[in-house]
Amino acid sequence: MEFANFFQSLYDNTGWNFVFLYEQYEYDRLLEAMWVSVKLIIASLFFSLVVGFIGAWAQGAKSRIIRYTMAGYIQLFRNTPPFVQILFFYFVLGNLVPTYDAGGYQAAYIDSFGWAVISLGFFAGAFNTEIFRSGIEAVPESTREAAEALGYTRLKSYMHIIFPLAFRVCLPALNNNLVNLLKTTTLAYGIAVPEMMYTANQIWSDNVNVPEMMIVLFIYYVGLVAILVYAMHKWEKKMKIPGYG
Amino acid sequence: MDTGNGMSHSTANVDTSRGTDLPVLLPLAAESRQAALIERREGTYRLNMQPRHLLWLAVIFTLVAASAQAATPAGLIGPMEAIWKWAPFILWGPEGQLTGFALNLIISFFAMILGTVAGAALGLMQVSLLLPVRQGSWIVTQFFRNSPWLVLLFTIMLLFPFEIDLNSIGIDVIIPVPDWIKAVIGFSLPVMANISEVVRGAVISLPSGQWESAESLAFTRRQTMWMIILPQCVKRMIPPWINWYCILAMSTPICSIMGVEESVTFTAQALNAEGDRPELIPVFYAFLLIIHFVYTYPIARWSIQLEKKFVIKT
Repeated sequence: MEFANFFQSLYDNTGWNFVFLYEQYEYDRLLEAMWVSVKLIIASLFFSLVVGFIGAWAQGAKSRIIRYTMAGYIQLFRNTPPFVQILFFYFVLGNLVPTYDAGGYQAAYIDSFGWAVISLGFFAGAFNTEIFRSGIEAVPESTREAAEALGYTRLKSYMHIIFPLAFRVCLPALNNNLVNLLKTTTLAYGIAVPEMMYTANQIWSDNVNVPEMMIVLFIYYVGLVAILVYAMHKWEKKMKIPGYG
Repeated sequence: MDTGNGMSHSTANVDTSRGTDLPVLLPLAAESRQAALIERREGTYRLNMQPRHLLWLAVIFTLVAASAQAATPAGLIGPMEAIWKWAPFILWGPEGQLTGFALNLIISFFAMILGTVAGAALGLMQVSLLLPVRQGSWIVTQFFRNSPWLVLLFTIMLLFPFEIDLNSIGIDVIIPVPDWIKAVIGFSLPVMANISEVVRGAVISLPSGQWESAESLAFTRRQTMWMIILPQCVKRMIPPWINWYCILAMSTPICSIMGVEESVTFTAQALNAEGDRPELIPVFYAFLLIIHFVYTYPIARWSIQLEKKFVIKT
């Protein structure tokens, strides 16, 4: 209570309005938004890694059609604005999703959060595919042959031998891309996902405290980037095996 | 995703002091680490597409348009007709003003100029001999390159005054600041930070022999910088500079969130004017993706060519 009173008096005396620190409603709203943002970031990171894992495998496929499709996907997603991609997914593909009766109105099975995860995942996944592929190319041919000699199929050797090695080689590049993805998740604002940016906008619209909310946004995102970079370094250390720098 | 456990158990007994079980991978890992460092500095816009792929793009667009044509109710205009009707509006806005996609380009030009000038200054501060200058500029650089572009854009759009009143310094002039100029400033901040890193990277990537031989020829630090180091850096900085321009050009659509009258805003308005017909939406957004692609693609190709040309043999 002491704490809340301090910020209330700070507002009364100086005009600095950190409203979420003394009003329960705004506090809950901001906390919820932080949580939605974290969920959005984790979900799209995970989805982009899955896309990258499958994509890198498909790029080495025997079928020419699969390879060409992958190349087209990568080029298209890397060379168009991610914001337009999100809008495209939400407004175009979102229209095709069946709806259900959610108590008085029709709700789609995939909401704006889902579309944000899908489009951001495909966007970052295109970069991840290329990153993993460069890692796979670094794995020596002899390792591949050794796996084949031991009776591994192409898929099994990819899953158990090639990818684990390739993954370690390309971690630094992956690190860059994931930081990029984290920053790009703010674009989900454009399709009204109630994440940090969107809620901050609502709070400053209600309380006219733009500079204060901006400070919060900067601390939040720069902090998240720092945490992600730190976690990736830790992970990298933990996965270290002899023979890998 | 942690695939490391099984691996580390099997290698637990390997005596690593006498070398490793996979020495062949070490140089490759070091190489990719180095490449990642450079990529972080220069942006990740890299493409290896051939001109024939553009043909495929056209085919896909035609298919989308054809399926939209089939879904068009009788009596309403078809997708190609609608695109033809609205393309001038999306590309350069209503008669007599440069808005729409043209505004995207204008914003990207000015933001690049502003960001380059500020970024060059910040980058040179990062290689200063004075510790406070170096540390201060490092903090500024890291702050702006690790903040989301949208947050920076919002900050400028909302906190920058909509007009500057020069009355306070005795001149009776009020300078209006339209939204697109604020967008220019907002976009120039992340560009500044990234160009700053490009400059710093180029300066420190030069062999130290350049500095030492300049010193032995009695060049002062300032002379060494301007007459020896920077002229060599310019060549190295051009490809990443173009690269950052491409990234910037692809980011300009986000200012439509704040209602700047650029291509995405106008596409939404054009769709609205056509009654938000569901079959038209994919065609219009595909058109939007394609015009952005057609603009950035040749520039990116050019950057790759320059890079190959400027590669420094060591």
